[in-house]
Amino acid sequence: MESNTPTADSTPAETARRADFIKVSRFNFYYGRKQALFGIDLSIPQREVTAFIGPSGCGKSTLLRNFNRMNDLIDGVRHDGEITINGRSIFDPRLEIIALRRSIGMVFQKSNPFPKSIYENVVYSLRIAGQNNRKTLDETVERSLRGAALWDEVKDRLHDSALGLSGGQMQRLCIARAIANKPEVLLMDEPCSALDPIATAKVEELIHALKREFTIVIVTHNMQQATRCSDNTAFFYLGKLIEFDRTAKLFSNPAQKQTEDYITGRFG
Amino acid sequence: MDLSTVTHSDIFHGSMARSGTRAVGNRVLNVLCVVLALLTLIPLVSIIVLLLQKGLPLLRWDIFTQLPPAAGMVGGGIGNAVVGTLVMVGLALVLSTPLGVLSAIYVNEYAPNSRLSNAVRFVAKLLTGIPSIICGVFAYAVVVLTTGGFSAWAGGFALAILTLPTIILTAEQALLGVPKAHREASYGLGATNYQTIWRIVLPDALPAIMTGVMLAVARAAGETAPLIFTALFSQYWLQSLKEPTASLSVLIYNFSTLPFPHQVQMAWTASLVLVILVTIANVTAQLVFRKK
Repeated sequence: MESNTPTADSTPAETARRADFIKVSRFNFYYGRKQALFGIDLSIPQREVTAFIGPSGCGKSTLLRNFNRMNDLIDGVRHDGEITINGRSIFDPRLEIIALRRSIGMVFQKSNPFPKSIYENVVYSLRIAGQNNRKTLDETVERSLRGAALWDEVKDRLHDSALGLSGGQMQRLCIARAIANKPEVLLMDEPCSALDPIATAKVEELIHALKREFTIVIVTHNMQQATRCSDNTAFFYLGKLIEFDRTAKLFSNPAQKQTEDYITGRFG
Repeated sequence: MDLSTVTHSDIFHGSMARSGTRAVGNRVLNVLCVVLALLTLIPLVSIIVLLLQKGLPLLRWDIFTQLPPAAGMVGGGIGNAVVGTLVMVGLALVLSTPLGVLSAIYVNEYAPNSRLSNAVRFVAKLLTGIPSIICGVFAYAVVVLTTGGFSAWAGGFALAILTLPTIILTAEQALLGVPKAHREASYGLGATNYQTIWRIVLPDALPAIMTGVMLAVARAAGETAPLIFTALFSQYWLQSLKEPTASLSVLIYNFSTLPFPHQVQMAWTASLVLVILVTIANVTAQLVFRKK
């Protein structure tokens, strides 16, 4: 996949690699006997924001949680088909699941800071990798909190408990924690659903800023949010991918009737 | 009811009357609850009052430094029994806490639905109901008979068996109480099972686990039957863990049945000391492991 010419960015191979950064092929997923995803084919481009929309239970979160194999924590799940990230299968038995999750940050629906200090929350991923160098940790904390637009609000109380923050601050702390390890991909599972409009606006601004460095996939129930902050949108319905396109195109001129019905609020 | 004939005032008065009886019923139930709550305090308070009344007269510092008085003699103390109880309860905790907490971790974190986990849960629940004398007889058969004598080890072993199920079950509840979201966050950041358990789950569950351990201590410290079978009693200071060992509970049992008033009074004082020790242990644990 890697090209060694100096103009790597413009070669056709490089362009293809960027367009197919996360590539899902003929992917089926089952919870026990219940099939949750049906033959998904999808290519998510690098360093863009891709939104997953669709009614509850349509499989969008399930697919998101496959990218860092969080679904492995659930008993009785299985899958077939393939998912590659940067050309590498995430189901490759030689791939360490720990390494995969370290290279993919995840932000959950409900902010879930650990009952530790703000500082220790951010450096958790470094600590578990055995990094205890004070200088490295300090730098990571500042870089990550600045990256999550939280630094100015908490820089004087880094060693206070994270549980004393407001809801919006907690969610940005979780984003800081997720990017501390410089992952390639940032997965966000309805990150704003528990936030008020002001906190939501802050997180959306943040998503804009973060896509310069990360490939972002965001699950959202809020279609305005999808139009505001994503470059591409995938619409899921009953476990199938109905339509995937540039966000502007999908919302203004959807190719499928079901997509149109959903985004105009006729169901879901 | 024919709605067309119901006027506004009918509805109004009807609901007033009903809410009136409801309010009375509510008040009666409230009063009943308060009275019953007060009733439960009666045995508890009477025990404490009685203990203080009968136990305080002999409670002086020197009873902690002296050996029990021989039959018919006055003076003396309960020093060796206090030491014996502390040592044997300590031994029991050293044996049962790691075993119990690690079992709970296996049962709850590693294989919650495995056959082994279900078996451990089932056996632990069964064992909580087992009479303490059975633990004593078991420890007698396993430790006393095989090592050739009564000892502090045997007493600690019997108390460990007695406390183990409580520790397993309360620790499992404590682990269950840790939010799933914390585990997910940890795994999502690339932590292993081991790291998630030791860095996130255990610290979170520790206060609740310690509450369980303290419950177990409170129970173990007061047990007499298992110790009669295993540690027996001793008139002397503890020299070695391999010898018969005095304990507060057995001292209380022995002295309270003697026909000498001084010994009976000493038994009351020992009871008071036992209650104070358990309370101190409880309060300390709560303070040390309180959630920050």
